[in-house]
This record gives sequence, structure tokens and C-alpha cells, in this order.
Amino acid sequence: MAPTFPLLSRLLHWTMAVLILAMLFVGVAMVSSLADYSRLVAIHRPLGILLLVLVAIRLINRLLAPPPPLPAAMPSLLKVAAHASHWLLYGLMFALPLVGWGMLSAAGNPIVLIGGLHLPPILPHDKALYAILRPAHTLLAYLLFLTFLAHLGAALTHALVFKDGVFRSMVK
Amino acid sequence: MPDRNPYSLAHLTKPASLARLGGIGVVVLAIAAAFAGTAGWLSPDRLGPDAMIDRFEEVNGKHPGFRRNHAKGVCLTGSFESNGNAARLSTAPVFAAGRTPVIGRFALAGGMPMMADGPAAVRSLALEFQLADGQQWRTGMNDIPVFPLKDPQAFYEQLAAGKPDPKTGKPDPAALQAFLSSHPETAKALDLIKAQPFSSGFANATYNALNAFLLVDASGAKHPARWSMVAVDAFAPEPAEMPNGKNYLFDALAARVKQAPVQWHLILTLGQPGDPTGDSTLPWPADREKVDAGLLTVMALQGEDVGACRDVNFDPLILPSGIVGSDDPLLSARSAAYSESFTRREGEAKPPSAVQPATGG
Repeated sequence: MAPTFPLLSRLLHWTMAVLILAMLFVGVAMVSSLADYSRLVAIHRPLGILLLVLVAIRLINRLLAPPPPLPAAMPSLLKVAAHASHWLLYGLMFALPLVGWGMLSAAGNPIVLIGGLHLPPILPHDKALYAILRPAHTLLAYLLFLTFLAHLGAALTHALVFKDGVFRSMVK
Repeated sequence: MPDRNPYSLAHLTKPASLARLGGIGVVVLAIAAAFAGTAGWLSPDRLGPDAMIDRFEEVNGKHPGFRRNHAKGVCLTGSFESNGNAARLSTAPVFAAGRTPVIGRFALAGGMPMMADGPAAVRSLALEFQLADGQQWRTGMNDIPVFPLKDPQAFYEQLAAGKPDPKTGKPDPAALQAFLSSHPETAKALDLIKAQPFSSGFANATYNALNAFLLVDASGAKHPARWSMVAVDAFAPEPAEMPNGKNYLFDALAARVKQAPVQWHLILTLGQPGDPTGDSTLPWPADREKVDAGLLTVMALQGEDVGACRDVNFDPLILPSGIVGSDDPLLSARSAAYSESFTRREGEAKPPSAVQPATGG
């Protein structure tokens, strides 16, 4: 029996997978829409902060309960690609909400979660910072979406073509 | 089971493997296509914030660093003294009795920062109330009684219809007429706007937040409301003869502020069931209850190069708890388009202020 991810790891993975994919779609729908903009922004902000909390929990969990090793037979090039893409995903999962939070801070906007609940700014109200962070948020989101597509393609290839237990390790 | 290496080229090029890899490719591409569709990349004709702001730039020309609308303006600083009267209607901390610091901006509607002041320009007052707990309330108000356009599509079409002809410097009357024929609500709203005389300046004008909002009280009940800043300075009509000076309105405001602080009453007009909240072209009956929530005092003006208002997006949906947007489609559209305008100008070099208050406050 091949080792699998601990239950908490699997739970965090699948919860965040659904939320991040929803977040990416909400994000691109929001910035291109006049009618739905405000409704979607009201979802996007608190969901982003929730994802920041979840990824922090997930990183701690990963350090405490490391993932099972990849199959020994897997070519080293594939292993390097797997590890690199996982750390890229972690980096983006932290970067996107932090850049979003920072960008609203630099715009001088309140960071409203729900009702009167809001977060303090993490950067000064600064035109030049906003001008960098706002486009960076979009570019990083596209990069996260592309990395997600690669991750999904790789996961399905493990499940359907390699059949090497890697996909199973995240399912049960 | 034959011993096999699942990572080998031989395994991957088997017909069964190729079929599965193809299927995976289809799944990945389908998700990418759904993403592109959601982003609007497959429907370039859809009216989004970028197209709206592009149209402002087409009509007014590009003026880097300036707001795409209400481009000509000055910053203000002051405060709002709440009398507590509105606290029964809304839990917003700004309505509890007490003082809230305010920054803001006086401006002329239109996308040309160097336009001359004149009687035809709509004047605006935008405010940011800085609540003690870190919340903010931003609002942009105009000195007209109703808004002439009921939704973003009408706004977009009207911008093109009102574009000055390069030869005559005036909009094509036929295009304007065609727009009004297809938008009777605009024609009616313009009649109401023309029927109300403009004041002689910024300081004695009354500014109306033309969209409706909902005030939420402590029990959670929602009260439809439209708010206005009603001038304390006595109304005087526009002079028959236009004063001299390209910035005569701003110069008069600066002189007035230098003399003494200028004040406005924040008046909340409460809607009754059936009053339209989703259409800014429609007035509410004149007999609706009005609540005087307190007094706005403008203490000083600053040019946009040094004032705090320049890098503020007066997004009408930046609201404290206790105030929420109504079903007016212009609110979300303004929020989206202002954000696009803000992002463009923040990425551009900071220009000198279009007007300098001679006094500096």
C-alpha cells in the first residue's frame, strides 16, 4: 500500500482547490464586468483573506506532516518539475492575497471583509506602489491559473496514464 | 501483469495512453476556454470598465494623470459634525453624534482638466469621511436634481452622441436628438435638470448623491435614502453675464474659503415603499421626509499636486457598515469604471494641478 497524504492535508488541498479556482474565475469576471463588479468584489476580498489564512495553516501542516515521497521509479526530471511546481503554487497562494491586500492599502482603500469588519493597511497609501501592485496582482493570477492547469494535467496523467499511486495519495 | 515502466516512451505512445492524454488535454483546454469566456475575452463587444474608460478618452482626449471624468478639480479638507439625528436610521458610526474628519474634492463634470469654468458645467463635491474605527464613507455628489442616464449602456452611448464635432466644436445635434428619442427617460431628466436653476458658485450649490442607498438601522431594517449636501451659504442664481477668468468658479471658491469655513447640511431624504431606488433619472416626490444629519465644514483647499484627494478613488460603494448600495445599476458600474480610471491614472506621471487655489487655504 503506497503512502498517502494525511487527512488534514487532503482536506486542505481539496478545499483550497475549489476556493482558488472559484477565486480565479470571480477575479476575471469581476474586472471585466460593470453590472456584477460590486457583488463579485464583495466576495473576492474576504475569500482572498480566507485563502491567506488557509495557506498559512497548510504550510505549517506540510512542515509538520510532510507529503509522501514521489515513486522511486519516477524520472528525476519529472520529480524536479513536480517539486518546483508545488513550491510555485505555494508562493503564488501566499503572494496573491498579500499583493491584493497591499494593493488596496496602497490605493488608500479600506480593506473591508464583511460589514464593518476590516483589516488595517499593510503598506502606505502610495501611488507608485499601487501602480506596480495592481498589474502585478493580475499577472500573478494568470500565472497561478496556468500553474493550476499544469497541475491538473499532471494529476490526471498520474491518475490515468502513469497509474503510479501519486493521484491516489491525494484522494484516499 | 507484464512488468512495465509507466514513464517510458513506449508506454506513453500506446494507443490507450495517447487517447487518455488527449482526453486530459481536452479537459484542460475546456477549463482554459471557460476562463477566457468568463474574462470576456471571447466577447470583445461586451461593455466593460475598460471600454467605458476608453470611450471617455476617445471623447475628451487623453490627459495622463487626471481622472477620466470630473478631471478639473481641487482638494478640500474639513470635517463633519454629526448631530445624531440619523443614528436611528443607520448604525454607521459617522451618524453617531460627534466629529469625523473629511477630505474631498470640488470638481467640474467632464473629462477635460483644462476646460474653462462655465455655466454649462455640472459641479461636483466628492467626500471621504475618515471614521475613527478605520472605516470610510466615500460619496460623489453633483449639483443637479437627477442623473440623466439610467444605466451604463445609456451612459456609454450618450458619451459618443455628445462628442464634440472636431469642425464645429459642438456635438452633432442629430446624434443627440437620436439618442434622446431612444432614451425618453433622459429627455425627462434633462427637463428636470434645466428647470432647477444653477447657483452662482461652488460654495452656495447643493450637491446630490444621485443614486439611492439603503440605511441599515440597529434592528437590521433597511431605509431607502438619497443624500444631499445643502449649502448654508444663501442661494444666488448664476449671473446673467459670465464672469471673466478661465477658473472663475474655483477662484471664487478659494476666496470664499479663505474668508471663512464653508458649510453644508447633510440631508437624508427617506424613500417610501414604491419610490424608485434603481433608477437615478426618476425624482422622488417632494414631500418625502428629510433628516438633517449634521454639518459639513470645509476649512481649506489644496491643489491636486499637494492635496490628499488626488490619489483617492471616490468609489460610491466604499461605505461604512450601516449603509449599503441599492439596486441602481449605476452604482456597480461607477465602482468598476472608477477603479479602471484610478488604475490608469495612478500608473501615469503626476501632472500639475489643473487649478491652484490662490489662497492655499
